[in-house]
Amino acid sequence: MIHDTNHKAAHHAEAHHEEMSFWRKYIFSTDHKVIGIQYGLTALCFLFFGFCLVMMMRWQLAYPGQPMPWIGKWLGESRMPGGVMAPEFYNQLGAMHGTIMVFLGIVPLAVGAFGNYIVPLQIGAQDMAFPKLNMSSYWVYFVGGVVMLASFFVPEGAAQSGWTSYAPLSVIATPAKSLFRGQTMWLIGMVFLITSSLLGSVNFITTIIQLRAKGLTFMRLPFFVWAQLVTAFLLLLAFPPLEAAGVMQLMDRVAGTSFFLPSGLVVSGRAWPASGGGNALLWQHLFWFLAHPEVYVLILPGMGIVGEVIANNTRKPLWGYTSLVWAVMILGFLSFIVWAHHMFLTGMGTAISTFFQTTTMIISIPSIVILTALILSLWGGSIRFTVPMLFALAFLPMFGIGGLTGLPLGLATSDIYLHDTYYVIGHFHYVVAPGTIFAMFAGIYYWYPKVTGRKLNDTLGRIHFWGSLLFINGIFMPMFIQGMAGVSRRLYDGGTSYLHAQHVLGLNKMMSVSAWCLALFQIPFILNFFWHMWAGRKAEENPWDATTLEWATPTPPPHGNFATVPTVYRNPYEYSLPGSETHKDFYPQWEPDHVAKARA
Amino acid sequence: MSAIEIPYTVEERPDTGLYNAKLGVWLFLASEVMLFGALFSTYVLLRVGADRWEHGADILNVPLATINTMVLIASSVTMVMSWASLQVKNFARFKLFMGLTFLCGLCFLVIKYFEYSAKFEHGLWPSTSTFMAIYFTMTGLHGLHVIGGMIVNGYLWGPGAKMWKTEPHRFTNRVEVAGLYWHFVDLVWIFLFPTLYLLPGK
Amino acid sequence: MSAHDISKQVKIYRIVGAVLIVGTIITVAASNVHLGILLGILVAVAIATVKGSLVAAYFMHLFNERKLIYGVLALTGVFIIVMIGLLLFTYSDQQGHHHGPFIVPQGHVQPHHEAAKSEGEHVP
Repeated sequence: MIHDTNHKAAHHAEAHHEEMSFWRKYIFSTDHKVIGIQYGLTALCFLFFGFCLVMMMRWQLAYPGQPMPWIGKWLGESRMPGGVMAPEFYNQLGAMHGTIMVFLGIVPLAVGAFGNYIVPLQIGAQDMAFPKLNMSSYWVYFVGGVVMLASFFVPEGAAQSGWTSYAPLSVIATPAKSLFRGQTMWLIGMVFLITSSLLGSVNFITTIIQLRAKGLTFMRLPFFVWAQLVTAFLLLLAFPPLEAAGVMQLMDRVAGTSFFLPSGLVVSGRAWPASGGGNALLWQHLFWFLAHPEVYVLILPGMGIVGEVIANNTRKPLWGYTSLVWAVMILGFLSFIVWAHHMFLTGMGTAISTFFQTTTMIISIPSIVILTALILSLWGGSIRFTVPMLFALAFLPMFGIGGLTGLPLGLATSDIYLHDTYYVIGHFHYVVAPGTIFAMFAGIYYWYPKVTGRKLNDTLGRIHFWGSLLFINGIFMPMFIQGMAGVSRRLYDGGTSYLHAQHVLGLNKMMSVSAWCLALFQIPFILNFFWHMWAGRKAEENPWDATTLEWATPTPPPHGNFATVPTVYRNPYEYSLPGSETHKDFYPQWEPDHVAKARA
Repeated sequence: MSAIEIPYTVEERPDTGLYNAKLGVWLFLASEVMLFGALFSTYVLLRVGADRWEHGADILNVPLATINTMVLIASSVTMVMSWASLQVKNFARFKLFMGLTFLCGLCFLVIKYFEYSAKFEHGLWPSTSTFMAIYFTMTGLHGLHVIGGMIVNGYLWGPGAKMWKTEPHRFTNRVEVAGLYWHFVDLVWIFLFPTLYLLPGK
Repeated sequence: MSAHDISKQVKIYRIVGAVLIVGTIITVAASNVHLGILLGILVAVAIATVKGSLVAAYFMHLFNERKLIYGVLALTGVFIIVMIGLLLFTYSDQQGHHHGPFIVPQGHVQPHHEAAKSEGEHVP
């Protein structure tokens, strides 16, 4: 019955839509689904570009000082003199890889794409609360991205002071009052990106609170929506201090102020011509005040997706839904009071270091609760090893490794040894790369049929999965070994000049080859993704037999999403519960009781 | 142009008691509190860490800034009066009060322009000292927010006012929401003014 | 809201406006009295807080607002206090002396181009 009304709605909405021009329908659309797709495609491009940057870095690390084949010639003498990577260019690649992956890749994909597309559907809404604001958020992000990319082409190249842009280096590097310096453009780009996120977070919170369908109480929300709600609060309240700091660093670079320049700064033997009186640590505080909650922004939507995929593919409700909800809220709150664990080596006293160390240890508890609940959800389940499920299952141990390796970093004493080594890079990549990015892949494979109306090829998906799993570990596992051997991060020569690192240098080649093989294994995914948009088998409305509201729409959902505004009758994961021994093992959220009972 | 109706743009959602834009603007204001809060933190930290800190009244123009404070307070009164006028369906009075609000904003900016140019003439630039740096940055960012508010208010006074004829309740909500933003801008100034201009030095 | 309610509201707005103007005059006057640094700061902040609260309570209708809005603002307030408080605490609980890191006293550095590199600055 719902199929017929969905079909009618699809045609009705399509008819209205025909009246809009191509530009209004596909480019400047206010429909959350179009915007979600725009975010998704843009973010995937940036992720690929950011990956290319680091693949170049990995050549220099594996074969320091040797000319890069083919690409070395194309990039010009200033970047690659004689085909060999210049140190300044290495630093540019490093800083921009981090920036692009975090701010132009993952957050727009996790929040802008998945959040925008799925959240209104899962709460039974016709669109976000502020559709025009949604459209503006995307275009502001787009402009920020253009500015960031353009920074590669200005004199002296892109930003070179790390994605963390620490003062005073970031202020004095490539000094010029001009706006056309990479570091200055980085700051301008960040202002755009932060604004985009702020506008988006206002939209998400209002939508989730105000536009839930009838019967959808907070404790009936899919875990994915809870994750997005907490993420939105993190973005809303943590980003503004970085925006303020970014403005101040811009003033330092362009207007000659000294917010972050201490008195008596000497550069290359000469006193730096500024008034001084600033505080370089102030930048670190304001930066990490955002950047720590930011890492939870990076992981929470992924956890949400993993929750959805696990519930669906174990044919069981998630274990400990209530504890998941409380854990994610507490995690969000605590994330605001741990930031200075990134600053243990800046001369902070023992009292304040103890404070941050303690809060950092405490924040591991809700993380563990979430991971445990997701793992326990597998117990007694009827597991279907679909491609999304493979990625979701891999997420669990990968995030586990990432989380566990964070503990020695969160303890001030061990951090003294490990800070700024490859150990840190290994730690955070485990949570973000085989962590979040695998969760993103799970989400893509899971929701692709709903978004495009077509199915992806299963075999290509499995090749993509196994190759990625193998080689992603090949890149990041050796980093712990290198870090513990004392190899610092951001080293142009990969540790060659360190006597104490000689025995672990061989790992560089292994890591680089793994990175290039990882890239090769994305080819099946890219082919699969684009080819099946047009040539894939058509997908039904609910190909995974799922319970949440997004599967109640036609496939793909039309403008307005639902034929009739749905009502929610039950919890989000009513799979295999007593009484449902019929041919269907699930009760969708939108099916009224009498229909569900009639099927039983 | 869409066939969809977003609920609770005009009437309040029963369980939250809010319409969408009101929740939205308060969330936005929360983020603005964090933004200006970070700047106030900067002020505190730079001041605490400095050997010398100027007494604002020695360098800055307190009388002009006092007038500016009164101007903003007056504009807050006229802003809320413009909303109240719409509540009693008096569109002409709305236009009057909203127009006055806009003019007050303009007055604020003009006075600010004179303040800034006097500083520059005396060779006081953001790069001169951290005090001047934080002064220009905080008042400059605040000034940008005033400009933003004036654009919204100007729109609601001018082209946006057409909505009064077709959807009066929705238009009233828009004015209320714009008012909340405008009052916040006033509120920030109420803290900025004593902090920068009046606090004793060290 | 009835017309009568609105006229009561309007009266309140006018009164609050007047109080704010008076408050401004008081705060300027107080700053001319030599109260010392701590008291001067406290008085200025106190007056500003009162004025700000009036704007929030009456002009922004916070007096009778929904719990959800109070909740959002309370959360924001907590984080603001955390940010300023922990920042100050970090500043005061420092190893070494209280003028921040990277201070190089004037005249201590030779005009040699290796000087900056060998300073051992914590370049992350």
